[in-house]
Amino acid sequence: MTDIDQFRTETRAWLEANCPPEMREPMRSDKDTVWGGRDQSAMTPAQKQWMDAMGAKGWTVPDWPKEYGGGGLSPAETKALREEMAAIRARNPLSSFGISMLGPALLKYGTEEQKKEHLPKIARGEIRWCQGYSEPNAGSDLASLATSAEDMGDHFLVNGQKVWTSYADQADWIFCLVRTDKTNKHNGISFVLFDMATPGVSTKPILLISGYSPFCETFFDNVKVPKGNLVGTLNKGWDVAKYLLGHEREMISNMGLGGGGKNPLIDGAIATVGLDHDGRLADPLLRAKIAEFEVRSKAFAAQSERFIDELKAGRAHPAQPSMMKYYGTELNKSRYELVMATGGSDALEWESERSDGGHSARSWLRTKANSIEGGTSEVQLNIIAKRILELPGA
Amino acid sequence: MPLYLNEDQTMLRDSARDFIADTAPVSHMRKLRDDKDSTGFSRDLWKQFAEMGFTGILIDEAQGGLGLGHVEAGVVLEEIGRNLSPSPFLQTAVAAVEALKGTPHADRWFPGIIAGETVAALAIDEGAKFRASVAMKAERSGNGFKLTGTKQFVHHGHVADMLIVAARTSGSADDQDGVTLFAVPKDAAGMIATAERLTDASLAARITFEGVEVDADAVIGEVDAGRNPLDRLLRAGRAGAAAEMLGVGSGAMDMTVSYLKERKQFGSLIGSFQALQHRAGHLYSEMEVARAAVLKAQQLLDAGDERADAAVSVAKAMTGLATMLSVQEGIQMHGGIGMTDEYDIGFYMKRQRVLAELFGDANYHADRLAQAAGY
Repeated sequence: MTDIDQFRTETRAWLEANCPPEMREPMRSDKDTVWGGRDQSAMTPAQKQWMDAMGAKGWTVPDWPKEYGGGGLSPAETKALREEMAAIRARNPLSSFGISMLGPALLKYGTEEQKKEHLPKIARGEIRWCQGYSEPNAGSDLASLATSAEDMGDHFLVNGQKVWTSYADQADWIFCLVRTDKTNKHNGISFVLFDMATPGVSTKPILLISGYSPFCETFFDNVKVPKGNLVGTLNKGWDVAKYLLGHEREMISNMGLGGGGKNPLIDGAIATVGLDHDGRLADPLLRAKIAEFEVRSKAFAAQSERFIDELKAGRAHPAQPSMMKYYGTELNKSRYELVMATGGSDALEWESERSDGGHSARSWLRTKANSIEGGTSEVQLNIIAKRILELPGA
Repeated sequence: MPLYLNEDQTMLRDSARDFIADTAPVSHMRKLRDDKDSTGFSRDLWKQFAEMGFTGILIDEAQGGLGLGHVEAGVVLEEIGRNLSPSPFLQTAVAAVEALKGTPHADRWFPGIIAGETVAALAIDEGAKFRASVAMKAERSGNGFKLTGTKQFVHHGHVADMLIVAARTSGSADDQDGVTLFAVPKDAAGMIATAERLTDASLAARITFEGVEVDADAVIGEVDAGRNPLDRLLRAGRAGAAAEMLGVGSGAMDMTVSYLKERKQFGSLIGSFQALQHRAGHLYSEMEVARAAVLKAQQLLDAGDERADAAVSVAKAMTGLATMLSVQEGIQMHGGIGMTDEYDIGFYMKRQRVLAELFGDANYHADRLAQAAGY
């Protein structure tokens, strides 16, 4: 038996013993996502047990070094773990901007002290992070941001406003882009971390068309941020931000993946439309659309696997996350158009218990932001054109 | 196994890339077409394929081949596609080899294939759109069979040394059972092949079998159970056609992106126009996704994984969609010059269409996946 086979066998047994049955059920709504954080009162016992068990092994971040709370696994072991989790349909134990975005950036740019302080808490789901990037006049053109951080000797004094801060009202800490030099657009930005409980920080939810408020406006009024919370070099936060955006795009692109196993779209379509005497969906055009979606979706699953394998081997083009983000989010939007088409009038219910509080419709509406947030599809296409295809600048 | 080419596969790709670009670039195909070459490909080139070892890529080392897999065959096919090189490689060294593998026919036909002397053709289609049904009859006659019926879209059928023929020994056209696969030598009496030149300048035959007598040992596998070798043939052929199509789509995309960097309009390089940049970016994304689907299918085939069959359909359908976009965008972004015979981009469009139809198009494979999923 090879080492990896043995690892797989042991992992299978451990998952079998430690993954609660409730955590092997498909997620039904956003409420089932585990974000961790200081306030864990909303978590079910199974969610907490699963997050704690995986966090203790470092398997919420299997490929991070052990000294920072990770699992210290090799790429092959990480892949085996992922496959074994998929085999029992284990849910993700912890979804976190700390894991998918800040962590990789801290591993690359953080001081030893910052890594030791923040990474283990991210791995165990103790601190929930949010991202302070976009501003009212700096969305896709992020480098135009104006939130200022004035050097006060031992600390920065931060003033300004962020927008589209996902879950800012529920986050414990923020990683934030601030302007430390007004004379230089790109090279005047710094990357700082601070506690959302710091005096002067306030948030206000933004109600969306889905009726949810995952996003907030976030205001900073004379917020004192210790100098030690600067990540990377002063005025060079853009480098950290770009590196982190690559990881954000990678995370968002996963939306195109859907779950493993049979596509619930198909059961939904059969239930509403029915099958004809040949066993085919009775709406041939809907059937054709689902079938083509299935082809693209399965092909994209292969591309995601390839992308991750290439990323781990250091072979991926640095701009490849833009392609993944573009394709994954467009695919996810088409998935939810089909969710609505297959659901028919049932999918239109907004508040009923039967519809789980309008889960289909709200999710469908939510996906319309996929191609806007994290850099619009158009911005991703610009990046692919210029950095991968090396087309000339305008 | 990571989903990218390993070191050996990368080396093979590099040597195939150089060799095929040198010996059979698009101008090679153009010349065969302009000369109205009646074979449709170069026998000399087929010999050179043998010298490179390509012809035995899927044949076991014990039988004189390289003992490699579908990933490696695909690497060669992608370069064939990129250069639009006319070659019997897909039909002979990939599909036919897979059908004959492990049968007594391997001993008879593999040495010639490895040597670049034997060309095989696949007589499996009976209509203009690929279907799984087989109506052609094979009746018992003496100690053998008598084949009666017609086949079409048989690439190299007019010059092939042997044909793999699917015929019905029992049951009716759409039945799974009752199909038998035969290896028929080219000199069999009563077999009339009429070669037709297709849109991409390749030659495919319509073949009439007028009571063609074959011995019992012409049967590949078992009587009435020909779906097994036929499925092997189709899986390999589809994965291979997807890989070749990927080469066609990539070649067209590369030409197009190069053109965007050199063509000026309104005083600027057209590649600086955002409208075209976005289309190019989208095309690149579709091609990357198709590439992953192809490699996934090849790896699963090589691993003997039960999920391989579905993955092959995904690969054939996805490359069909992505490369169609590539050749269409190629013409559009080239503008008027793209419509001229003198410029190569149009050849890519023609070849893509042929490969898209071969072994079932994107719709066929999407439908196949849908049926397997119960809808």
